[in-house]
Amino acid sequence: MRVGFLHSLIRKDEKLLIAELRGRSDVELVFLDDRKLAFDFRTVPDVDVVLERCINHSRAMHALRLFEGAGLDCVNRYEVSRRCGDKILTAASLRECGVPQPEARVAFTEASALEAIEELGYPVVLKPAVGSWGRLLSRINDRHAAETVLEHKAILGSYHHSIFFVQKYVEKGGRDIRAFVVGGDCVAAIYRSSEHWITNTARGGTASNCPVTSEIGELSLRAAEAVGGGVVAVDLFESDGGLLVNEVNYTMEFRNSIEATGVNIPERIVSYTVSPERAANR
Amino acid sequence: MPECPVCAAEPTISDDPVEGELLECEDCGVELEILALDPITLGEAPDAEEDWGE
Repeated sequence: MRVGFLHSLIRKDEKLLIAELRGRSDVELVFLDDRKLAFDFRTVPDVDVVLERCINHSRAMHALRLFEGAGLDCVNRYEVSRRCGDKILTAASLRECGVPQPEARVAFTEASALEAIEELGYPVVLKPAVGSWGRLLSRINDRHAAETVLEHKAILGSYHHSIFFVQKYVEKGGRDIRAFVVGGDCVAAIYRSSEHWITNTARGGTASNCPVTSEIGELSLRAAEAVGGGVVAVDLFESDGGLLVNEVNYTMEFRNSIEATGVNIPERIVSYTVSPERAANR
Repeated sequence: MPECPVCAAEPTISDDPVEGELLECEDCGVELEILALDPITLGEAPDAEEDWGE
């Protein structure tokens, strides 16, 4: 089987996947560097499946759309990248499937965003619709801060930053849960702990094993299904009212979670990617 | 041995390098990218862009 590895920069996560792919005698690895590709809407690489690992969301999403449009089998699928890469689309997908998530509002002007924030009640978290690693998140504790942040985003940001996505702040006790879903299985989960309200490991949060309870497993699979399934990382908050799905990531990073969980996550991803059953059911 | 383009030190290269691989120069701490394999050529890694992530 020829596996196209769609990438740009190669991080530790990609190195682990490459090692796993190279270790399989029935796999021929074909590198597809997104910085070197040009698309004519018809021609596709001579591969059986594409494993997407781009660092840029916009490149990943468009490449997947073009590959799929020309008939290629991709992991993840374009629709999954579209829904997960934009937090507003993620929230809409979760809502439509009845998956519990933090209370949220979307507004398109400073005035309507301020009104939505006041209606939600402080504190809230203002997030860019597209972005990752906890960057440009704003925890807003009062009206003065809300007015300031909204004005800065409207004036200093690109138009994307005037699409205001506001979540009710969830007190999560210094940690959240990241659950790794591969196909129909929740294969592992970690706690991400930090003294900071942002618990991303990219921002210094530490990873430790989180047993996959039936509640975590079932909710993670429901969240994955809501965005189209495949290989995703589901971020969960432990709220007073139960687990809430915060985000779903479609080019998930796992390098800090293999040792903590004892689960060979890249092996699971590659096995899923090359699985005849997955390809047959796509 | 390939040199760091910033400080001219010789960063450690993994046993199985690939084009596009990120590494850090142990001397100056700059993030580097492997631009070519034969011979191994290093350049400064690009700055993070707004839509980078997972």
